[in-house]
Amino acid sequence: MTGDRGDDKTSVYHHDDQGNPVGQSSHDSEVVSESRVSAYWQANLRFLAALLVVWFAVSFGAGIIFADTLDQYSFLGFPLGFWFAQQGAIYVFVVLIFVYVIGMNRIDKAHGVSDDDETPASTGSNA
Amino acid sequence: MGVQTLTYIFVGLTFALYVAIAVWARARSTTDFYVAGGGVNPVVNGMATAADWMSAASFISMAGIIAFMGRDGSVYLLGWTGGYVLLALLLAPYLRKFGQFTVPDFIGERYYSKAARVVAVVCLIFISFTYIAGQMRGVGIVFSRFLEVEIATGVIIGMGIVFIYAALGGMKGITYTQAAQYCVLIFAYMVPAIFISLLVSGSPIPQLGFGGTMADGSGRAVLETLDGILLDLGFGAYTAGAKSTIDVFAITAALMIGTAGLPHVIVRFFTVPKVSDARRSAGWALVFIAILYTTAPAVAVFARINFVESVNEKAYAETPAWFRNWEDIGLVAWQDKNDDGRLQYRVGAPFAGAPSFSDDRGESGERLMTNATTETANEVYVDRDIIVLANPEIAALPNWVIALVAAGGLAAALSTAAGLLLVISAAVSHDLLKKTFSPNLSERQELLYARIAIAVALALAGLFGIYPPAFVAQVVAFAFGLAAASLFPAILLGVFSKRMNKEGAISGMVAGLVFTFSYIVYFKFISPESNTAAHWLFGISPEGIGFIGAILNFAVAGLVARLTAPPPAAVQDLIDDIRLPSGAGVAHQHD
Repeated sequence: MTGDRGDDKTSVYHHDDQGNPVGQSSHDSEVVSESRVSAYWQANLRFLAALLVVWFAVSFGAGIIFADTLDQYSFLGFPLGFWFAQQGAIYVFVVLIFVYVIGMNRIDKAHGVSDDDETPASTGSNA
Repeated sequence: MGVQTLTYIFVGLTFALYVAIAVWARARSTTDFYVAGGGVNPVVNGMATAADWMSAASFISMAGIIAFMGRDGSVYLLGWTGGYVLLALLLAPYLRKFGQFTVPDFIGERYYSKAARVVAVVCLIFISFTYIAGQMRGVGIVFSRFLEVEIATGVIIGMGIVFIYAALGGMKGITYTQAAQYCVLIFAYMVPAIFISLLVSGSPIPQLGFGGTMADGSGRAVLETLDGILLDLGFGAYTAGAKSTIDVFAITAALMIGTAGLPHVIVRFFTVPKVSDARRSAGWALVFIAILYTTAPAVAVFARINFVESVNEKAYAETPAWFRNWEDIGLVAWQDKNDDGRLQYRVGAPFAGAPSFSDDRGESGERLMTNATTETANEVYVDRDIIVLANPEIAALPNWVIALVAAGGLAAALSTAAGLLLVISAAVSHDLLKKTFSPNLSERQELLYARIAIAVALALAGLFGIYPPAFVAQVVAFAFGLAAASLFPAILLGVFSKRMNKEGAISGMVAGLVFTFSYIVYFKFISPESNTAAHWLFGISPEGIGFIGAILNFAVAGLVARLTAPPPAAVQDLIDDIRLPSGAGVAHQHD
């Protein structure tokens, strides 16, 4: 099947016009050493855990479990627990994903596994 | 211009736009067809994902459900957005890196097993069909109310449009059409919401307006006013919930885990060029989703106030025109129990079941029903779906706003239906035919079968819309519960556990499925009279049981994997590769 894709590669990706160099071999997963992979993965897991703690705290925590307690406080005219359940948690979710995007890009770079400077078609390591 | 003419114009224009996009973006290869060639801009993909995600349920039903559930409606707001965070953080980037066409592809490869792939296909088809039936019903309602055609005709027109751009364009056509549909649906949602917020609270921002004060000069807070109105009529306060905390917790969790496992949304992330793009695209999608999801609870509050005030204690002849319009298609009804000629809106069911109208009219001119009456003082039946659709009429907004809402409702229903049809067709042509039963299929043949599968699935979905099976509303809980108990744990473990093997994954999926399925069937169909908190496991309703099903899946999978051999080295290498963002090729087949 890989042959079928050959034609697509050039037509599908528009990254070449950004003038980026074609993916460098030092970034290929095959070359990344095992200990680096494991360090990267640990950093990733720690970051995910921190984000998921916030995710849980604003939704299940503030919006459900502690909602009755928080309702004693008023925020923007809403009982606070009610606000978290119907507004606040959603705003935090949006922020969380963007923090994730930025944080992961940094972690990727720090561990030399970023896909930023590669055209995706350059390696096709699964093929 | 009349509402109907305007609606024809708006709906006609949007449909023409969708078809034009489909012709421009038609698919030429299986890569185009399944994953839009893998070259979609992350922001555009975010829009498409948002339209894919926000179904007729989000656009038409959600604000109405919240309006009548009050605080308990938070389960949908939290569940459907919080699940998105799980999807974005735990699944999307890795599935993009894996880079194949379908969710069963991942399960089949990761668990090196055709059986696992087939189990995933079965789950996927069941979930998708349950979901799609609801979309087609939404299409039917919009057509029958706004264009005054038969529901069947409406559904057939809708099917025709979806067929053109789904079968022709595949994922590529669907992606660009969905981006356009997002623009239509969000505009159509926000315009009446802003109008109504101005009307009720004086604030142009609905998200702030429902925390503010009433614009009627009373100086009372909006939420307090609504609580007061409802308490007077015998309801519970809007800001206080009726469900137990454990049930709210479980339902929210089941909806979160379930939405994260919805295959038609997962595949959207296969369409962007890189892993970092998949992450970015997920962020944009949630921005687009959050605009609607933070507006919906505000619309719910305003609409509930408007509804009570324009209906309660009114004589039938004095009711606004919208009441009689919606009565004509059976989404509201009135049974004059105390013969005073006025509508009493109170707590409880007005009569048993959904209205079944006789052809006669009562003394006041209302449609009579054959339903057995109930003991409650309530005389008014209202289908929650009308809250959003009738909102512009209830608030006496201009005709073009009403027409806009019709076009928006159709955009929401059609975009989700198209996404679902695509994953069904990919599951049949790619996972069942190409990968399981006839591996020698050429790409051209596979594409042909994919298009045939879309046509067949669409015809079935249309039948569901025209002859809605009585159980549709009840099986919606299934879609999320089953996705939560089957697909989500298998995918998550596939990425995050190297030790998870095919024995563990398959037994986990089967255990989660069988448990959740039996629990829902027992309480919804076999013994509906015992469907009360006293009989539920841990006090968790069938809507929330997918959460327990997912935990069971994890537990069984972990236990079985411990007792059996670890996955082969090639699979462990595959997991290592999935975990690294660099080197993601375009979605393709591993041979």
